[in-house]
Amino acid sequence: MKITELFDRGEFVVSAEVGPPKGIHIDGLIEEAKKYLGGITAVNVTDNQSSVMRLGSLAVCRQLLDAGLTPIYQLTCRDRNRIALQSDLLSAAMFGIENILCLTGDHTSLGDHPGAKPVFDLDSVSLLHTVCQLESGVDLGGNPLVGEPPKFAKGAVVSPCSDSIDAQLAKMERKVLAGCDYFQTQAVFEPEKFIAFMERARQFGKPVQLGIIIPKSAGMCRYMNNNVAGVHVPDDMLDELAADKERAKAGITGVEIAARVIRECRPYCQGIHIMALGWESKVPALLKQAGI
Amino acid sequence: MLITKLKSREDLQSLLPEKVFVLLCNGCKEVSFPEREIEELISEFLTADKVTGVLTTDYICNPENLSLRLKRRRAMIDEADGVLVFSCGVGVQTVSDLLEGRAVYAGCDTIRLPGFQGVTPLEYDCGQCGQCYLNLTGGICPVTACSKSLVNGQCGGAQNGRCEVDPNMECGWERIYRRLEAVGRLDAIKCPTQIRNFAIDANKSH
Ligand code: SF4
Ligand code: SF4
Repeated sequence: MKITELFDRGEFVVSAEVGPPKGIHIDGLIEEAKKYLGGITAVNVTDNQSSVMRLGSLAVCRQLLDAGLTPIYQLTCRDRNRIALQSDLLSAAMFGIENILCLTGDHTSLGDHPGAKPVFDLDSVSLLHTVCQLESGVDLGGNPLVGEPPKFAKGAVVSPCSDSIDAQLAKMERKVLAGCDYFQTQAVFEPEKFIAFMERARQFGKPVQLGIIIPKSAGMCRYMNNNVAGVHVPDDMLDELAADKERAKAGITGVEIAARVIRECRPYCQGIHIMALGWESKVPALLKQAGI
Repeated sequence: MLITKLKSREDLQSLLPEKVFVLLCNGCKEVSFPEREIEELISEFLTADKVTGVLTTDYICNPENLSLRLKRRRAMIDEADGVLVFSCGVGVQTVSDLLEGRAVYAGCDTIRLPGFQGVTPLEYDCGQCGQCYLNLTGGICPVTACSKSLVNGQCGGAQNGRCEVDPNMECGWERIYRRLEAVGRLDAIKCPTQIRNFAIDANKSH
């Protein structure tokens, strides 16, 4: 199922993210996804997230599909040129994967193989363009595909709390022009910034899923503030997490904070996207508290 | 060694404003210029009354020299809606920076030739990509000013205006956005999706 069908019906779309392991055993991942994420719309599978080498996104998407879930196949442009990306898109379509998320990807120097060649033959915008091209039955080189062309719900990301917000919105516009159907955002902890962003992003007329991270501790949030672009956890939330370490550790405080952000932003977005970072088990409680 | 190739008439025609001041770099020994073709084009523009003035000089990548020469021609530059530069990518970037707030147009693409490569003692760098993007980016080179050489806009990694790869470096696309804003050319953001061509061959295209 394409998640764009749900947006079209006006449904509030909930997705969450899983990260493949650095290894070949995913029974645990699939069980957890079935148990905690079975009730939501779709599950993103990250593509060598943070430039750290892991099991492939495409393979894990296929396993999720077999387990009865709806995967969103994330593709970055860091590791593959236009030939490999198009080939993997065809493979995904053959497996029955209908949702994709197109990203530029972090630079190789940030990951666990800093000496690797950064590819970036395409970027998020030209990858979206390439997918549209494939959907029209022709590849990027202008050569016809054989048989029915693939069809995807094409997503991309945007960073609403970035300090480069003008450049981010300009890029968002280019993604829309290149054929993007829906957006997922970087994690939001400042609803007022998100709402201000949506005032400006509404003109593009594309559904936007609010990005959510369940904060685990004040330390984790401080780390994100210093190291993760576009993520800022305000001081009062840090204090809230630091006030009762046991409650924070049990996830109670984090779920409260995340649920509050969702409730405040809900009237302004068309869905949410949860980056659980290992706390998949907290997703059902979060959705309940957020009233979804 | 590098060579520059004149952009197509159609490209230039669709790009250029009413009146331009023309800046022509005639050289350094590292770059081979399509001199005759450029002269032809300039005389066409002169006939069409498109040109407020022409400055032919060498080493426009030397900002000190160039700023003196440009100062003397301030009136002609002010009369024009933009400055059209025929030079390698480094030259265009030098002019863009010197004439901040003014639209600067690249008339050439810069292509790599095997062999010795010019040494530029400047912060401007040209990767000789062969499809010069400076007209879409306010005269800042996306190939060298962005760590990922992105040609369609900023990635999600910039923090406090700095690049995700090197916090000591300004994000090239943040600079490009600010420059386009300053010269009133934010419409360049709505250009068609750009796709690099890695098959550009200096010998074939010249
Ligand atoms: S875009 Fe950059 S690398 Fe390409 S020709 Fe222009 S200045 Fe040189
Ligand atoms: S942060 Fe800016 S300069 Fe660095 S890779 Fe991203 S867009 Fe390019």
